[in-house]
Amino acid sequence: MPALDLLGGALSALGQANFPSVDQDYLLEARQMQALSLGVHIPLVCFGISFPAIVLFVEGLYLRTGDPVYHQLAKRWSKVMLILFAVGVVTGTILSFELGLLWPEWMAKFGDVFGIAFALEGVSFFVEAIFISIYVYGWDRLSSKTHFKMGIPIVITGFTGSMMVIAVNGWMNQPTGFTLRDGEVVDVQPFAALFNSNLWHELIHMYLAGFIVSGFIVAGVYALARLRGRRDRYHRVALIVPLTVACLATPVQLLVGDWAARTVAENQPTKLAAFEGLDETTKGAGLTLGGVYVDGETYLGITIPDLLSLLAFHDPNATVQGLDAVPESDRPPVGPVRNAFTAMVMIGSALAALAAVYLFVWFRRWRLPRSKWFYRAVVIAGPLSVVALISGWIATEVGRQPWIVYEVMRTSEAVTGADGIPIGYATVAVVYLTLAAVVVWLLRRLARQPVERELPAEVGR
Amino acid sequence: MTVDLVTAVLVIGVTAYAVLGGADFGAGFWDLTAGGAQRGARVRGLVKRSMGPVWEANHVWLIFVLVIFWTGFPEAFGAVMSTLYVPLFAAAVGIILRGVAFAVRGEAATIREARGFGATFALSSVLVPFFFGATIGAIASGQVPAPPGGGDPIDSWTNATSLYIGVLAVATGAYLAAVFMAADAVRAGLPDLIRAFRARALGAAAVTGALAIGGILVVREDAPDLYDGLTSGAGLVAVIGSVIAGSVTAALLWRGRFGPARFTSAVAVGAVIVGFALALSPDLLPGVLSLDQAAAGDDTLIPLLACVVIAVVILVPSLTLLYRLTLRGTLDTEFRPIVAADREERP
Ligand code: HDD
Ligand code: HEM
Ligand code: HEM
Repeated sequence: MPALDLLGGALSALGQANFPSVDQDYLLEARQMQALSLGVHIPLVCFGISFPAIVLFVEGLYLRTGDPVYHQLAKRWSKVMLILFAVGVVTGTILSFELGLLWPEWMAKFGDVFGIAFALEGVSFFVEAIFISIYVYGWDRLSSKTHFKMGIPIVITGFTGSMMVIAVNGWMNQPTGFTLRDGEVVDVQPFAALFNSNLWHELIHMYLAGFIVSGFIVAGVYALARLRGRRDRYHRVALIVPLTVACLATPVQLLVGDWAARTVAENQPTKLAAFEGLDETTKGAGLTLGGVYVDGETYLGITIPDLLSLLAFHDPNATVQGLDAVPESDRPPVGPVRNAFTAMVMIGSALAALAAVYLFVWFRRWRLPRSKWFYRAVVIAGPLSVVALISGWIATEVGRQPWIVYEVMRTSEAVTGADGIPIGYATVAVVYLTLAAVVVWLLRRLARQPVERELPAEVGR
Repeated sequence: MTVDLVTAVLVIGVTAYAVLGGADFGAGFWDLTAGGAQRGARVRGLVKRSMGPVWEANHVWLIFVLVIFWTGFPEAFGAVMSTLYVPLFAAAVGIILRGVAFAVRGEAATIREARGFGATFALSSVLVPFFFGATIGAIASGQVPAPPGGGDPIDSWTNATSLYIGVLAVATGAYLAAVFMAADAVRAGLPDLIRAFRARALGAAAVTGALAIGGILVVREDAPDLYDGLTSGAGLVAVIGSVIAGSVTAALLWRGRFGPARFTSAVAVGAVIVGFALALSPDLLPGVLSLDQAAAGDDTLIPLLACVVIAVVILVPSLTLLYRLTLRGTLDTEFRPIVAADREERP
């Protein structure tokens, strides 16, 4: 294929020319800019992943019972869903620009390997955008059944869209589907790249995280209302639905997290060593619970012997590879990775405890917990779950360093040579701060709006 | 062959974004120029009502274009991103501001809030098409050098052709928006707004036409190769097609037939984009990379085309449904002039 040969030729020329030498200051700023934008996007899209399913569930209850409370609730939530989706789409658009603007060499070299995933993701979001409009603008205009059906594609495409993005991230952590010959990418198999071995645990872990984050945040809003004395049926339903969702997802998340950790132990031993701050390769390695890692020391942690070996390989005597197995230049920065990982695990465990209380009371006594402390805990569970989410991503992404494509391409080789990065970074930061202020303002505004009054008669089927 | 197909898909994507996304940006232009809070209230109300259900779907065409571009032509994508990062970054920031301001403007409760969001929305609606246009102009006039390394971050898009195409992009968006919204005003039964947008559409048609003709001279001076491509062979056919469609649109507008004018105005704009593509081909980055050189291998292009087929199968019915419901008025919200402080009277 002449086209391929030419491409190969051009790419190897690119390789020989040495990637443009880049100021390491800008590399750091480019990374932070990427991380900042992702950190804004991901909590928003948690709602894109899970909220449609929750809203549709409530609408389904309405269809079955005809109870107008469900109709009110679903309609009101769907408006929030639309706004969050809109903001998710625009922040996602910034991201897709940034992937090109900040890492042009990565795109130029591997764009054709993982591009298919993004193409399918684009299709998913397209369909999602179409049906979310029909759904939200179609309330009471389409027949109830048709309206409900218009919601189904939103749920499906939310899943497939995030699956495709995560496929790319999985591929960056576990690159497959191509061959590198003399620095040239040849023999591209886009579908093998897409279905890489990191995809499944990352996808399920993230999908559950979506339900945990949006479930606890929404429940938190109504828990606060309950603490302020609003206990009518509307508020009760609005609390129970998201809280149950989040509490069912959290325990499962622990199991999936264990699966993720075992996959990492196998595929990316250096990353696992960074998670645990394990300096030396150890047989029967212990696990340090909690604590803060500063300059190579863990403070305030409790170490349990052999537990790491047991968790990672299901064998207390297994050898766990330490950071010393690779040269210093191939190690990630241990501090942020370990602290982020610890934060995620601690928060995950705390949320699971909260979930256990709720589920116990609910299924044994068929009522909501009475303690004020329970509701206070639900209020802070939302923000905490966002911290866990971001921490998980920091552990995953920074733990992959110094590679942008694990053991194939270094991040420093991928970064742009543009010298406008600091200006761009500052601009993006200001824009996101403004955005955050606007979103908070808006949600408070929505929360203060009186619930639309609807008479059963005008709801109509 | 595969390269031609992927190129065609890319051009279709750019055309769809230019027409549908362009019209949304144009709506922002009319919002910006609608006049003071009282005078502009009804125009702004129609802008909001027209865009509400469709703007997100229209926006996703941009993502489609980006994805096809970087998957199909990764090396050219890298080169464009390394050179034209200033206008592209500016456009991306504009997109965020615009999307958010539009989404939240309806929640404004005081005149100051409404003005703030409205101004952000409207201003970024003008800047985004300008920067995208300038980017296209820079690519078409051969300002992007061969990789590795980038061209000058400023000079590359401040030549006459780039600036001109930036302005043209703003004008065509305004033109399309005026035509579309005149038709929407008919559907909403608002005679004053029909008149207002008919006048705007005719005015914008005149300005855009004049710009297009004047621009030819700019391009001849500044980018002779592009000029040659546009004035000979297939490029010329497309340009003539655009002129004809534009004239038909003007006649339809004059006679108040806004429904068909929607389509002819879209054809007039689409033909220009196709003309540009034809003028550039077989190059992607003129004089630097041909389409064949820039394209990924068949290993990638064939699955990519398969994805496009899937996309067509899923998207065509979905989009048809959306636009049919929209044109039928099913998704219409109540028309409400935007003067702010209208929250209390909501149903
Ligand atoms: C609500 C959010 C949340 C909660 C409660 C947890 N996680 Fe998590 N975790 C994430 C949200 C997350 C994530 C969505 O942020 C990540 C980033 C990448 C991924 O696949 O999921 C992640 C990544 C991630 C990874 C790295 C995967 C990789 O690099 O491929 C591991 C090993 C774990 N998690 C393990 C756990 C364990 C053992 C948990 C419980 C005790 C836990 N997570 C709770
Ligand atoms: C339903 C959920 C989501 C929505 C609506 C959403 C929305 C978007 C949109 C519209 C884009 C630009 C699309 C494109 O360029 O193809 C985007 C990009 C991106 N999203 Fe999301 N997203 C979602 C989930 C996720 C998740 C779960 C992750 C990661 C864990 C993620 C990470 C990214 C990244 C890295 C990009 C840039 C890459 C790209 O251009 O595709 N997104 N998102
Ligand atoms: C799912 C799709 C994702 C893709 C394609 C992706 C891609 C990238 C890329 C290209 C970089 C820059 C290169 C590098 O530093 O390695 C990066 C870095 C980073 N990403 Fe991701 N990412 C994804 C998800 C996320 C999410 C959801 C987060 C959440 C916060 C995240 C956090 C980070 C961080 C913190 C860095 C900076 C690493 C450092 O500074 O060392 N990533 N990612």
